[in-house]
Amino acid sequence: MGQKTPVWVGVLGWLVALLIFFPIFWTFLTSFKTEIEAVATPPSIVFTPTIENYATVQRRANYVRFATNSIVISIGATALGLALAIPAAYAMAFFPTPRTRFTLLWMMSTKMLPPVGVLVPIYLLFRDLGLIDSRTGLIFVYALMNLPIIVWMLFTFFKEVPASILEAGRIDGADVWGEIRYILVPLAIPGIVSTALLSIILCWNEAFWSLNLTTSRAAPLTAFIASFSAPEGLFWAKLSAASTMAIAPILILGWLSQRQLVRGLTFGAVK
Amino acid sequence: MAAGASPNVKTLPLVAPAVIVLLLWMLVPLAMTLWFSFQRYNLLNPFLTGFVGFDNYRFLLNDPSLFRAMWNTLVLVGSVLIITVVLGTLLAVLYDQPFWGNGICKVLVIAPFFVMPTVSALVWKNMLLHPVNGISAFLSRSVGMSPIDWFASLPMTSIIMIVSWQWVPFAFLIIFTALQSLDEEQKEAARIDGAGPLAMFFYVIVPHLRRAISVVIMIETIFFLTIFAEIFVTTSGGPGLATTNLAYFIYTKALLEFDVGYASAGGVIAIILANIVAIFLVRTVARTLEA
Repeated sequence: MGQKTPVWVGVLGWLVALLIFFPIFWTFLTSFKTEIEAVATPPSIVFTPTIENYATVQRRANYVRFATNSIVISIGATALGLALAIPAAYAMAFFPTPRTRFTLLWMMSTKMLPPVGVLVPIYLLFRDLGLIDSRTGLIFVYALMNLPIIVWMLFTFFKEVPASILEAGRIDGADVWGEIRYILVPLAIPGIVSTALLSIILCWNEAFWSLNLTTSRAAPLTAFIASFSAPEGLFWAKLSAASTMAIAPILILGWLSQRQLVRGLTFGAVK
Repeated sequence: MAAGASPNVKTLPLVAPAVIVLLLWMLVPLAMTLWFSFQRYNLLNPFLTGFVGFDNYRFLLNDPSLFRAMWNTLVLVGSVLIITVVLGTLLAVLYDQPFWGNGICKVLVIAPFFVMPTVSALVWKNMLLHPVNGISAFLSRSVGMSPIDWFASLPMTSIIMIVSWQWVPFAFLIIFTALQSLDEEQKEAARIDGAGPLAMFFYVIVPHLRRAISVVIMIETIFFLTIFAEIFVTTSGGPGLATTNLAYFIYTKALLEFDVGYASAGGVIAIILANIVAIFLVRTVARTLEA
């Protein structure tokens, strides 16, 4: 420190931030315009805000149903992923074997398989199992999709928990599950929350599987938005309202939990 | 069994569920994809089936659109990686300076990462880059230039812009976190040794960030190899094949032309390519994590 930051650095910082944020701000602003104002050139800055677009979008596309699907699927997949990953990460962090490092790297490498490579068989399997357009199907897919990342992150977070505390619990007679539930999870809760948040965000925004495996009943918000991309979708104000509704929940969640998220996003690999 | 380790903890049942489901998730579809790739299997013509050997692969490897798709994938992944890492590093250095409102600025900068790809693609396509009513058209007209029809004349550039906008925040976040752990004393020492801002950046800051940057590259590559929504929503792979990457190529074969055999052969190729990248990446990352 010591030196004073020149004024131009602050100005530049603000300009860059506003420029990067502009598309989101503009979408938000446009969602309160009428359709005529939305396409006006030069862009209209002063206008009487209306919430008509939001009402229209809800009436036409039933936002609530898509949003419910998004919430159920994101939370369900995250819970399932954590349930599978916590025991695995616990074992790997506290009882490492020569295979542990290989297992972790192998898990990460499954993430690199392009989903398109397996789209056809998954699609056909799901068709035969009746899982097309079902929330259950997407929950399984998302849980598996994020499992490597979840295991990896939990592993790095668990490693920071002192093993001696767990051992003390073991001497007091806790079995493995008791140890995980009453000692490890409370101690590692910030890391688990970071991991869960990242998983929810990835599920919420995932668009490949949701567009290909759902049609209407189980379709989440990504599909809701894609339905506005049709040629008749040049209703910018309505598109903006729909977009705002689709991203607002996760944007707010992301901002509120920024600190936890940053820790999670670095995948524990950057201190 | 070492003294510290507990003999009564069996780790296998704890690790097994995660490993088994992942193994199934990987192997079953992989085996099926391989199997289909040797079959004639078109959903539009369900009675014409059977083993065709390497026919699908032969047609595929003679299909110029495959190589176009591979090239497009490389261009897309490579450009966005370079843009996000360079801009992410510059932004990290910028927001490492204390100034009024720094915290709010950072919140604004990371926001695009939370925006779902379908939304950002639609917003960019319609409201920002639209050749008649978009903001960019307005800006070019107001400086007296004729507006650019982005998705028609510069389709790949447009996709790269959209994806970069979404991922610069991610690179920024990770690099910024790493930058904060850089010792003030180390910087001070370099300063006393007479390092100017540029020397400081290249000889102190960048080497310190190597690990963070390799994490960014690994995670981003995983996501960039499979970019789909941005293309699906904006250009549908066009005009022509200009923005068809491997993911979109296979999608068109499987779900638009219903040619399961052909699409599966494409899938196998995509998997082989991804594995080549993966081997390279896993090695780098394994080395970084040990360091």
